[in-house]
This record gives sequence, structure tokens and C-alpha cells, in this order.
Amino acid sequence: MAILRVNQVTKKFGHFTALDGIDMEVQHGEVYGFIGPNGAGKTTTIRILLGILQATSGTAQIFGKDAWNDAVEIHKQIAYVPGDVNLWSNLTGGEVIDLFVKLRGTNAKNRREELIQRFDLDPSKKCGTYSKGNRQKVALIAAFASDADLYILDEPTSGLDPLMEQVFQECIGEVKEAGKSVLLSSHILSEVEKLCDRVSIIRQGKIIESGTLQELRHLTRTRVKVDTAKPVANLDQVEGIHNLKTLDRGVVFHVDTDKIGSVIKYVSDYGILALESTPPTLEDLFIHHYRDKGGGR
Amino acid sequence: MGSAAGTHFTNVGILVRFILRRDRVRIPIWILSLVGISIAVALAFPGLYPPGPERDILAETMKNPAMTSMLGPGYGLDNYHIGAAMAHQMLLFTAVAVAIMNILLAIRHTRSDEEAGRIEVIRSLPVGKLANSGATFFVLVMVNLALALVMGVGLRVLGLEGMDMAGSLLYGAVLGVTGIFFAAVTIFIAQLTETSRGALGFSFTFMGLSYLLRAVGDLSSEALSLVSPLGLILRTEVYVNDHWWPILVMLAASVILIMFAFRLNTIRDLEAGFVAAKPGPSKASRFLLSPLGLALRLQKTTIISWVVGMFVLGVSYGSVYGDIDAFFQTSDLFELLLPGTEGFSLTDQFTATLLAVMAMIGMIPVLLTVLKLKSEEQAHRTEHVLARAVSRREILGSYISIALLLAIVMQVVSVLGLWSAATAVMDEPFNLSLTLKGGLSYVPVMWIMVGLAALLIGLAPRLTGLIWICLAYTFFIIYFGGLLQVPEWLGKLTPFGYVPDVPLEKMGFPLTLALILVAFILTGLGLKGYEKRDIYG
Repeated sequence: MAILRVNQVTKKFGHFTALDGIDMEVQHGEVYGFIGPNGAGKTTTIRILLGILQATSGTAQIFGKDAWNDAVEIHKQIAYVPGDVNLWSNLTGGEVIDLFVKLRGTNAKNRREELIQRFDLDPSKKCGTYSKGNRQKVALIAAFASDADLYILDEPTSGLDPLMEQVFQECIGEVKEAGKSVLLSSHILSEVEKLCDRVSIIRQGKIIESGTLQELRHLTRTRVKVDTAKPVANLDQVEGIHNLKTLDRGVVFHVDTDKIGSVIKYVSDYGILALESTPPTLEDLFIHHYRDKGGGR
Repeated sequence: MGSAAGTHFTNVGILVRFILRRDRVRIPIWILSLVGISIAVALAFPGLYPPGPERDILAETMKNPAMTSMLGPGYGLDNYHIGAAMAHQMLLFTAVAVAIMNILLAIRHTRSDEEAGRIEVIRSLPVGKLANSGATFFVLVMVNLALALVMGVGLRVLGLEGMDMAGSLLYGAVLGVTGIFFAAVTIFIAQLTETSRGALGFSFTFMGLSYLLRAVGDLSSEALSLVSPLGLILRTEVYVNDHWWPILVMLAASVILIMFAFRLNTIRDLEAGFVAAKPGPSKASRFLLSPLGLALRLQKTTIISWVVGMFVLGVSYGSVYGDIDAFFQTSDLFELLLPGTEGFSLTDQFTATLLAVMAMIGMIPVLLTVLKLKSEEQAHRTEHVLARAVSRREILGSYISIALLLAIVMQVVSVLGLWSAATAVMDEPFNLSLTLKGGLSYVPVMWIMVGLAALLIGLAPRLTGLIWICLAYTFFIIYFGGLLQVPEWLGKLTPFGYVPDVPLEKMGFPLTLALILVAFILTGLGLKGYEKRDIYG
């Protein structure tokens, strides 16, 4: 069941097209990664989902309701953490957390104290004295302290230290365990790789790939290092092989993931002594899409 | 420290150019409008004050303490030529406008930039500790010098009676040093507070106190006026005796202040003030937990300061009544000149003017309250609230309700201040209920202004500055409308033009109802617009 559905959403600011026919679906109970470079349209998409911006065309729905018209109703069941957390400098962190939880509605079971401890926040300090990471903690605590069905997180960990990032990942795990859904926009690919079931890649206002990580990996190349008894003849002629390099012992090359079977078959004729294959990381995918498919950027 | 001190101003020149680049439109607009309005008013004077016995009578009315309290002491009243009239009636107000310009520009380039983290970026470059404050002050000194020169030459070339070269240059110089002085004061204050709002508040409070101290001093004690910068500058007696010594005193004071400011700037941490932030409650009180509670909490300090300020303003104006009583009793001429409306005394006419003035000043915090929502949006803080189960109607509605209520509070408080001082100094009793009714008559038009602000926020958030232009226009019309004899329709361009001369005239029920209706329609349209538009953060 799709809990969040974006259908052909376009957003124009004057003559600038920020989003150009975006499609996206987040299923119930999944953690959905949303990745893309700066200015690709991640935050704009999220703001449309929150009903803060109105789509120029297309529909954005959460829980089957319209993101713009039914914003208040939807927001009772979602928790949101913005990428750039600006808080009121003369309110304390504790006051802001209480305010945020209260404004969502009253269905929150209060996990406030526990989260404050886990995230190691001093709630009696004024927000004006908090660092970026501490401001982010305030927003995260308020989000996880509320019992939401969908968590929309816009680059929530960009200011957190590694320890706190660990806590964040635990929180996401707990939320997922409880059967909630998460839309996680992020730059930190290792995080997305660790947490997300499915991923969308956005670039210049268009979704250019989406699917499970496994599916996406098929779209790119695996790095293979192989040492053979006899030197492999005409390897550079074989279909699907790129960046071939000869080493002291054996060769290393990139192979299109869908050609990997035929390539191994070809190489095995020469007597494999050692074989090492590294699946593409999300980072490779990312760079592949932004550099290799390049254009424009 | 010797070598370190030597690098305090490294690269100040680049920052000066940078500030000029950022304000290349703003600064010329300020200078041109200040000079333009001064010239326009000066050109109107010959028609208003033709030489002859009529002018002497008008000059006599200028001895009225009410006039003195508002405009400052009149010099050369026995030969009230155009120059004397100009210096008496325009110089103080223009000086206040110049002070406002300097406060706004100084804070924009010091505390605002620092609070937004922009100075941090600058300071990470090979730039001296004082380069930014130094560049800001340098630019403002140049701006004020330019203003002084353009103003002086501009007034001289009009060739009006009594406006000679020396006097005109002094007129410009008074405005110039006032500007430099307030730039120095503001940069000093900007070192003390951590926020730009705080710095703005303190700077304007300082300006307001200077004005009030002068008003009281001009009526009772010369020493008090000399202590106030806005009182001191009037002792130049421009176009009459042309004293230059107050200019020198102001310059010396500015130098001392800016040295102190620089000293504080070098010993404090970046983005810190001298008032440390104290820890607060780790849990929110129930009162805070709603959009309305949040809006109130964010503006608590501002609102309380304005309530206190309005009361003080009322008291200062009220304390003038005693002098007016005495003046009217001694001046038969005045009685002839301004026969009171049937059944009302001259004191009541003075009250009418005061009520209009106080309503306009009370308008400032009311508008600030509505426009706070816009600065919240700019700081990306409305999205926190809107991303939760809060409707747009609720959030804008909260700010509007506070403003509507505050309009009533402002009027009541200022009238109470007026009454409490007036009863103390007057022989005759001061009619509180009538004055209160008069004060409250302004509430419907104040609500219309709130409605206009709401409309701008809802439909054209980029243009909210227009509401201040509207208020400035109102000030201009009410202060100078009578003086310049502007056509009636110009007065009707501002909502304030529809309020009758309370308490001399009564505000009818149909008019009240109509004005309130307009206010609610404007507010409603604003809410509609706000529900439909994109929120930018």
C-alpha cells in the first residue's frame, strides 16, 4: 500500500522549473531514500509534500489525501525534520521540543526524556546558543518523540557527530520495526545504503532512477580483479568491459553488471587463480549518474 | 598587542566598497527623499508666511508650549523669516529621520550580518577584527557628509528669505552630525546585545528618550535639553544666530562613542554580546503550547517595552498641559486667533492633535506584531509550525489577533498616561472618559492598517515594506498637511484621514461600523491569500 504518492509533480518558480514531472511512491513500512546533489529539488519536493509549496501541476498525496488541501489533517500523522533547522534564539531546546510535539496533536506517547538522554541534549539551554548539530537534535527529538506514521527527514544528520548518527540510525531502525514509513533525503550515501529499502535519485528536477539498491546496481558496473594462469587474450574486445588495467599479477576492470556472467565465462577459460569482485556502492551509482551520464552539470 | 592592533583594520577598504555595493540603491533613496521633502517644505513656506503683520501673529502662536514641546524652541520669532520658520519647524523632524536612517543602516551592517553568520565568513578571511564595524562607520560618515552637503547646497540654491549660505550649510551640518552621532551610538549598542532586534530596540529607545528629554527640557530646564543630543543640535539656532559649537560637541561625542564601540568590539567574542544568555526552563509552560502562545511569547519583550514606552509618552505629553493653561491665560492674542470650537477649550484642540500623534506612534508596535510573521518566514521558522497540525489561518490569525488587541491596549495606555500627568498639572479637571473615547476612535483605522499589513503578507509578502511607507505618509499628512494646506483628498489617502477631529467632534456609529467592516474585509482577504500562496520557509 502506497502511503505517499507523488504523481507527475512539476513546480515552477517564475521561469525556473525546479521540479519537472516527479513521480515517487513510498510503501507502507519502508524506508525510502531520496538522494541527489545540491539544488536538484529534494527540499522543494519535500515542501510540496508538506503543503508549504503548491505544485504547479501534478498531484502529491500522503495517506491518500491531498498534500496541499488536507495539510493539517495529514500533519497530525507525520513528523518532519528540516535540513536547515532555524530555531527561536530566546526559547530553550526543551520548550521547542514540547511546542513541536504539542502542535502536532495529542497522540504522542512521550518518549521525550529518553530521547533527550540518548541524543545527549541539554534542554535548558537557549536555542541561540546551540550549534547546528544541537539544533538538529532538537528537531530529531521532537520528531521521534511523536508517534507518527510517516517520518519526513530532510538531510537530518548533516550536522551530527558519528556517535549521534549512530543513535539516529537506531531510531530509524526502531521506527521501521514499529511498521512506520520514512522518507529520508540525504547526502550521506553510506547512511542511505544502510537504512533504505528503496531509493530515488533526483537530478535537475527529474527523477532519473528509482528502485531497490539491488535493482540500481544492475544499472552500473562491478569492479573485478582477476589473476589467471594464462594471460587473457583480447579482453578489451569483450563486450561490457571498461577501464581495463594490467597489474603485476592479473588485470582489473569494470564490467557492466548485466554482462558479468558472460565475462566470467570468457575469463575462466584462461584458468582463474584469484577472483575479487566488488559490487558498486551507492557512491559509484551516484557518481555514475552525475558524472558519466553527465550533461548539463 | 602592538602588531595585532595594527591589523585591526586590515582590508577595511574592500569592505567599504562591499557595503556601498550592497546599498547602492538604499543610500541614494534615503538621501534624495530627505533632501526632496526638505526642499518641498521650504518652497511651501513663502506662501504660508508672507511678510507682514500676519506673520508676526503666526510667530506669536509658535510660542505656545505645545509647539515648543513638539518642534523645539522657536528662535528668531520676532523676525520669523522663512529661514527661521524652516529651522524651527523642520530641523528636528528631519534630524529624527536622519537618526532613523543611521540606526537602520548601522544595524543592518553590524549586528544583523553578525547574527546571520555572515560576519563569520568575512572574519575567516584575512580581515581585521574591526574592519566591518570600521567600514560601516566610515560609510555612514560619508553618507552623512554627503547628506549635509547636498542638503546645505540644495536649501541655499532655493534663494529663500533668510536662507543664506552659512545658515544652509549649518542646517546640513546639523543633520550630518546627528547622523554620525546616531551611527556611533548604534554601533556601540550593537556590541552590547546579541540580537539585531535587541540592538534595534535599544537604539530606538535611546532616540525616543532623547526626544522626550528635549521636550521636557525645552519647557522647563535648558540643562536637560543640552544633555539630549536632539536638544543640543537645536542650540545651533540655524538661520538666526548660526552657532557652530553644538556641531563640535556632537562630533567629539561621536568620536568618543565609536572609540568605546571599537574597544568593546575587539575584546568580545564574535556573535556574543555583553549580556550572557541565561539557561531557561527545560520544559515548556502550558501557555506556550499553541501558535498563539508562541507568537505572544516571541514578542513578549517588544510588547511590554512598547506598552511602557507609550505610557511614558502619554505622561510626557500630559505634563505639557500645565504650561499650555498658563500660556493661554496670558496670551489674549491667541484667544483671538484660534477661537475654540463651541463648547471646547483650546486645551481640547491640543488634545486632538496629541491623540492623532499618539495613535500613529502606537501603530508602530501593532504593525511590528503582524510583520513578525514575515521575518519568521524569512528565517525559515514558519515551516516548523506549518509542518505540524496547524492551519495557515491559525498561524496568521494568531498574529493578527495580537495586533488587533494591541491597538486597543496602546490607545488605552497612552490616554491613561496623558490623563495621569495632565490631572497633576492642570487646574481644571481633565475629562478622562471623553479623551478615552477619542483615543479609541482611532482603533478602527488602526485595524484597517492591520488589515492592510495582513493583505500584504497574504498576497505580496515581498512588498510588506509598503505598510511603513503608508504610515510615514500618514505622519507627513497629519504633521504637515495643515501647514502645507494640502488638498483634502490627499489626506483621505490614509485611513487616518477618516477619523474626525476627536474629541472635538464625535465619531458616529455608522462610520465606526464601516471602518471596522473594511478592516475585517482586508484581514479576510489577507487570510485567503496566505492560505493560497507558497510559504518560503
